Amino acid sequence: MDLLSNYIIHQADNALILGHRNSEWTGHGPILEQDIAISNIALDLIGQARNFYQLAAHRINEMTPGEKITEDDLAYLRDVNEYKNFILVEQPNGDWAKTILRQFYFSSYQFLLYRELLKSQYPEIAAICEKSIKETRYHLKWSGEWVIRLGDGTEESHARMLDAQKDLDPSIAELFLPADFEFEAEASGAGILTEDLKIEWYQRVNKIFETATLPTVSSEKKAMQLLSGKKGVHSEHLGFLLAEMQFLQRAYPGNSW
Amino acid sequence: MNKEEIISILSEVKDPEIPVLTIADLGILRAVEYTDDFIQIQITPTYSGCPAMETIQEDIRAELAKYGLKNVEIKQVLSPAWTSDWMSESGKQKLEAYGIAAPAKHNCFLSGEDKPESCPLCHSKNIEMISRFGSTACKALYRCLDCREPFDYFKCH
Repeated sequence: MDLLSNYIIHQADNALILGHRNSEWTGHGPILEQDIAISNIALDLIGQARNFYQLAAHRINEMTPGEKITEDDLAYLRDVNEYKNFILVEQPNGDWAKTILRQFYFSSYQFLLYRELLKSQYPEIAAICEKSIKETRYHLKWSGEWVIRLGDGTEESHARMLDAQKDLDPSIAELFLPADFEFEAEASGAGILTEDLKIEWYQRVNKIFETATLPTVSSEKKAMQLLSGKKGVHSEHLGFLLAEMQFLQRAYPGNSW
Repeated sequence: MNKEEIISILSEVKDPEIPVLTIADLGILRAVEYTDDFIQIQITPTYSGCPAMETIQEDIRAELAKYGLKNVEIKQVLSPAWTSDWMSESGKQKLEAYGIAAPAKHNCFLSGEDKPESCPLCHSKNIEMISRFGSTACKALYRCLDCREPFDYFKCH
């Protein structure tokens, strides 16, 4: 698989894994409206993931004579070390505060990424981002409002947001560390180095944290030393997630509804 | 059969989740080509994960098959991205009559002013948002503070 295919799959994996995590809330949300909201966000993300997987499968098939893989092969038949999503998005849901903060961190990132990829010289990537950024803008607004509501809410909700920050902040640095497929994507004009998004990401996130009366996060924090989701070195959580998500295709290969 | 007749057949295909609107009203029917008994159709999703897209494709095939038209290719296009501005004026009126507030003008979301003009039931402007997300990805949930009824708002997108 070439580097650019991996770049596309990285975008798909982030959207799929976070979409799957969010879908775990369906039927368990704190109130009906927010159960519906998080399920809708899950749907948007899984839709975005499908578009990226379809594009990657098409590219791989074109480049490899005889290959006929599909979006389903990419989602259901790759193992943990082949997944290229961030450590952030595979983190368990925890409580509502942690789910909200994870969404807010990721949507803040994804919004800036898509905005830059609108200029991608790979027309299919630009088209997916043009479609997706409208949805992401909405996710960002929704999650940002929740960060403020919880941070500047009760003593209990504030304390839970502090716990969520403590849990998730070690996963931030990875968002801005380059992987080999990103160097290739940048060089070919198809993608960007996410390092260029870093300053704006911290500014935007910290602005919301100030309104939410939460401590700001420092851009000086180092990445975790052992884990790198982009490179396929995941936390233990992803294996459990895939075991559930992939069960049907592993147990009954090729089965469909 | 000519292209115009095919377009008018397609214009009868309803959105499965909002059955008062046709795919033409919604603006998701993007292009139709008809040459040598071969029909090529382009449709675009409202939202990336819209689960209605597959049903819509099946419905398009079924509708055309009624007229013996079976040589059909349906392609999903993403760019230019769908916007609620593509919804027809008659579509907006049908939506309001159905009890769903029609989308405001484009870019209202960017300016933070994406909200329905009034309650589709009693037309009061005294309304408030309950949730940014409603029963489908394309809708938000509001309530009217005068007639006290909750209602869906088709979001500006």
